[in-house]
Formats: sequence, structure tokens, C-alpha cells
Amino acid sequence: MWKRESLSVVAVEPVGPYVLLRMRRGGVDPGRPGQFFMLAPPGRVLPRPMSLCLAPPGELGFLIDPVGPGTLALAALVPGERVFVLGPLGNGFCLHVERPVLLAGGVGIAPFPYLSEQLGGPPAILGFRSAHHAEAAELVPHAEVVIDPVLPTDVLPRNRDVFACGPEPFLWAVAAHAPEAQLAWEAPMACGYGACHGCAVEIGGAYRRLCIDGPVLQLAA
Amino acid sequence: MGSPPPTRGRGHHLILNASGCLDALAAPHVARQLDAFVTKTVTPLPREGNEPVRIAESDVGMLNSIGLANPGIEAFMADVLPRLGELDVPIWVSVGGSAARDYADLCGLLDERDDVAALELNVSCPNVAAPEDEIAEIVAAARAATTKPLYAKLSPALPDIAAAAASAAAAGADGLSLVNTVRGLALDAGLQPVLSTTTGGLSGPALRPVALAAVHAAYPVVELPIVGMGGIETGRHALEFLAAGASTCALGTVLFRDPEAPARVRAELESEAAELRFRTPLAARGAAHRRDGEEPLLAVA
Repeated sequence: MWKRESLSVVAVEPVGPYVLLRMRRGGVDPGRPGQFFMLAPPGRVLPRPMSLCLAPPGELGFLIDPVGPGTLALAALVPGERVFVLGPLGNGFCLHVERPVLLAGGVGIAPFPYLSEQLGGPPAILGFRSAHHAEAAELVPHAEVVIDPVLPTDVLPRNRDVFACGPEPFLWAVAAHAPEAQLAWEAPMACGYGACHGCAVEIGGAYRRLCIDGPVLQLAA
Repeated sequence: MGSPPPTRGRGHHLILNASGCLDALAAPHVARQLDAFVTKTVTPLPREGNEPVRIAESDVGMLNSIGLANPGIEAFMADVLPRLGELDVPIWVSVGGSAARDYADLCGLLDERDDVAALELNVSCPNVAAPEDEIAEIVAAARAATTKPLYAKLSPALPDIAAAAASAAAAGADGLSLVNTVRGLALDAGLQPVLSTTTGGLSGPALRPVALAAVHAAYPVVELPIVGMGGIETGRHALEFLAAGASTCALGTVLFRDPEAPARVRAELESEAAELRFRTPLAARGAAHRRDGEEPLLAVA
């Protein structure tokens, strides 16, 4: 069950062009890899959805790509500041697989450090647009890094249980290679708990609310 | 002045959600903080809703273009309403259509259901808002189809909201819901519209003064309960809506950021009202229309 709590910032650490926002966990459950939290940036009307990146004891860690007013406000937090966090939300990854491989596009790497830890460090293929962005690969063990124009799907081994996270075109490309892949989607989202209908994505001819039907979905399921 | 808002076991319905801002089945513990739950607008036929992108944030509000996604009245009555009934929260059903006949049909079907406490006529979706003469026609058609409390939800973009309120009242509305969102536009970094439908409904803090003015304008001209909504985030905001003339407050955009807002706003409202020496929050109704030393315009609870 999700809960909302004001958590204090422990550290904001640069990781390539991204930042790792580390917060005290308080009474908030970290949930399962692939689940997400709504973080309320100071001064913004709406919270922002962030999948959990790391869950060290007593902390929750979120990888932020500071590109818009909400993510910039989160990246500008300083230790000791407090932010409302709501979660864990949505459906995470199913971890009961035999031959896992993790595939990420860009900041889609965000849920993988926690997922990798829970799966015992499986191989990962991480695609980035530049070497600077690829510095984030240090967060995931056993990672092979590819840089544009090489795509993770170009080097995807066969007969693997694929976990993927990244922009929508990347996920469709992964699904074309591995129809049973577990795909973590993202979309603009106002609430995270089914209220706003803003995060609908058309899958299988119908709109699904990513916050409660996802964000992890299997197209072939 | 006017008939009291509907009650069902909980007394006065002081805090509601704004239609479309909460799914009570997905978050029942949020709905249970309310005095009544208002459904997302139900239309005659199912609607998938608009293509993404459906929401955008501005510095002072939120734009949405969901497109009245809903399962249609048949599936709503068969599948959704019975499950809503299990929540033990009074249910207001919001209905919408493209002609007065649609509203009459929807109200007629829902009139037979004991689990519906009130009906709200959505005549104000920002992209399909009805003109003033059509509002009266829709209210009259719905009135003929139901004896349930009937609320007309109006747009703040109407040229004369007081006249529209009076006309809805004359056509048989039992109350008013003020206001719906107002049309707005957000552009992305590349100067293109963020929303797939170009424009959407603006809600949140930016709407609050507009909504407050609409409630203030309607209050002196209709002897009806008024559900005030538009950017209410705190107890002080709610108290201002009551002072402007609302008898009920509805929470919308704030629910997205704070699912505990109904309980919080209620507690803050009680304390804000007490600080200004009102016996109850509702005793502040109309206070913004009184001059110092004048008797209250209304006999309030």
C-alpha cells in the first residue's frame, strides 16, 4: 500500500548529466523494482513520477534527468530540504525468470540498479546518446554500454528474459525483438494513483493507465 | 435561502472531489475522506478519450485534455455503480452528452438508482461547452427526467455567469457547480502545443480567482446551493469559496499532488473558520457579501 510522507534529502550527486537524488526513507516502503514514486518538486503544481533507482538501508535513491522545470527543481534540492514522496505505486517487474538481461535506453536505466541487485547482477545492455550520458552505467554491474548510433537491440542476445526501460520507440523496438519482454513505460502523469487519466498509452488497441495497469507491461501477456 | 444540498447519513456535503479528479475504485481510501464522491462524467456511449499527450503543467496550473474517457452509461450502471455503492460514500454522478435529449436519457436511467445521491450536468467541458440558451434547455430536459438533486456545472468562460446561473435555476436546477476548467494552451520547448488536442482545460491555482469571482457573482442571484471549485488547495481557500457564496467545496487538481487533501483541507477549514469566529465553516457562507456590522444575508447552519 502506498503512503505519502515528507522525506529529507540526504545528497544530490551528479552522475554524468543526471543526478542521483538520495533521500531518507522514513516510513516509506521501497516496493519492488519497476514500481515508482511521485516526488513533489518545490514550487510546481504537479508531482513527477520517478522509478526507484537504489534502495540502500534507510534511503531511497532516484535518478533524475534535469530537463524540465520539475526535474530541474528536484535536481536543485540541497541536503536537509524536504520533499513529499508518494509510493510505491504501480506494478513492478516480475523477478521469477531464468535468464534475465536488462536493456535500457538513456535515463531508462533508472530502475535497473535496484532491479540488478534483486536479480543478483544479471548482464545489462545500456544505450546512451553520448559518452557523458554513459557515465550513468557505473550504477549497474555487468553492463555493456552502446552509444548512438548503435542500439541495445543491435546486440541483444537471443532466448533471454528481457527487462527493458526507455522511451516509447525504444520499447516498441525491444518488443519487436522480444515479444515477451517486460517493458517499463513512461508517460506524463499528474497523480500516479489512477485519478487523472493523463498517463494513458495505447497498447493492444486500447488505452491503458500506466500508473495502475503498468508501468511494467508485457505486450505478449 | 434555497434548499439544502443533498445529504445521506453524513449531514451536509461540505467537501467533494471535482468530477474527473479521482477514481474512487482505484483509491477508495481517498474517496472515503469525502462527504460525497463525484464520478467522472458518464456519456451515453463509451469513450476511449483523447490521444496522448493528455496533460501538461504550467507554472500556475495544469492543462488536461482527457476527452471524457468513460465506459458509457450501460457499463457504468452495470459494472461501476454497484462497486461504487460498496464504498459507503454518497455518489454524485456527472453526466454529459451532445444534446439535451442525451442528458434527459442519462438522468432518466440514473433516477431509478437508489445508490445515486445527486446528478451533475456537465454542460461545460472546455472544448464542447454549451451556450447559455442551450444550458437552460439541457437543465429543463434533465429536470423532467429525474427527481434527484440536479446540479448544473457551468463554465467560467460564459460571458455572464450570473445570468447563466439564473437561467439554470429557472430551468429547474437544484444547485450549481462553479466552475469547470477554462481553455488554455501550453507550448513545449520547441514552441509546439504539448497537448494532442492543442488546447485543454486549465485548472489549479490559476483558476482560483476566476472561480471565486463566478461563485461571488452567482450567489446573490440564485437561491440555491453552490459547489465551489477551482484551485482549492487549503482550508483558507475553501473558506474563501464559502465566503463568496459556496455551500460546498470540491477539490480537483490538488488531489493529484496530495491524496490526503480532503482530510487536510477539512481540518484546516474548521480551524480557519473558528479563528474568524464562525460557529461552523458553513456559517461563513456569503460573508464576502456583507459589509461590516451588517446582519448576515443568509440564515446559515
